[in-house]
Amino acid sequence: MTITVKFFASLREEVGHHELQFNIDNSLTIEEIWSKACGKMPLPPHILMAINMQYVDKTALVNIGDEVAFFPPVTGG
Amino acid sequence: MIHMDDTQLLRYSRQILLPQIDISGQQQLCQARVLIIGVGGLGSPVALYLAAAGVGYLTLVDFDQVDLTNLQRQIIYTTDQLNYDKTHAAKEKLHALNPTINIITYNEKLTAETLAMQVKIADLIIDCSDNFVTRFQLNKICVAQRKPLISGAAVGFEGQISVFLLNQTTSPCYHCLYEEAKDTDESCNQTGVIAPLVGIIGSMQATEAIKILLNIGKSLCGKLLILNALTLQWRTLKLNQDPNCPVCGTLSLTC
Ligand SMILES: [Zn+2]
Repeated sequence: MTITVKFFASLREEVGHHELQFNIDNSLTIEEIWSKACGKMPLPPHILMAINMQYVDKTALVNIGDEVAFFPPVTGG
Repeated sequence: MIHMDDTQLLRYSRQILLPQIDISGQQQLCQARVLIIGVGGLGSPVALYLAAAGVGYLTLVDFDQVDLTNLQRQIIYTTDQLNYDKTHAAKEKLHALNPTINIITYNEKLTAETLAMQVKIADLIIDCSDNFVTRFQLNKICVAQRKPLISGAAVGFEGQISVFLLNQTTSPCYHCLYEEAKDTDESCNQTGVIAPLVGIIGSMQATEAIKILLNIGKSLCGKLLILNALTLQWRTLKLNQDPNCPVCGTLSLTC
């Protein structure tokens, strides 16, 4: 019943976690997973999201057993 | 096909030796036109490697001047070039490296019309800019004109690179990856970046450029590579075209 949530780069400091695991009973959107993991902190703009290494948008559904990853945007050059 | 003299054959001999390139590939490179947007941390290695490899026509666009804080990572410039216009300083260095190539410079923020014209005459476009506004604008033009776009970015210890083969209708575009919203100012001006990281990402952009120009190998199209330099770990995300993308999506093309 578990899912794994990973945070990368500067998100680790902002969120305060590298990796979380928790149980879900039914499928949730990735945005709902963010809220479960990060409480009141809103989903940052331009954040990149992936389920099982597939890039997705915030409406994508997360199922039991999935690995969810969040990456901060990078625009510098 | 253009003629190469003995010194050119010798200059490029180490890549002509590669069966994937050969003399015909080198001739293609010598006639290729590449547009480089931004000549900073990423644009430095991109321009240096493509000039060294003999890409015949490089167009450099950057409105800035060389600043002391640039020299830590923008390796095309040297201390004696402080305050020079960046594209002019870069052209000087590139011509010292390879006097046989043509370099066009725009040391200004291009109008949408001029940018569109430059995209039109280019075989491929390399995004080495440092802000979302430029990235979204360039992407839109490349989608409209169906030109390949190689996008790199780096900040802190984090790098990203992807390729959008917009000449193919199934390719995702930059807007499929990042939704357009207010600029986050996550550029190196404010946040810092480890110097060799822009070298790694820029060198990969240049590699992809040569492959695409010569139509060899398999490009990164459909994938986003994310590098964490602190652990030197790469993550590869699969990236599909978003059918609802307002720029490239098939569902949004109502006209
Ligand atoms: Zn798109």
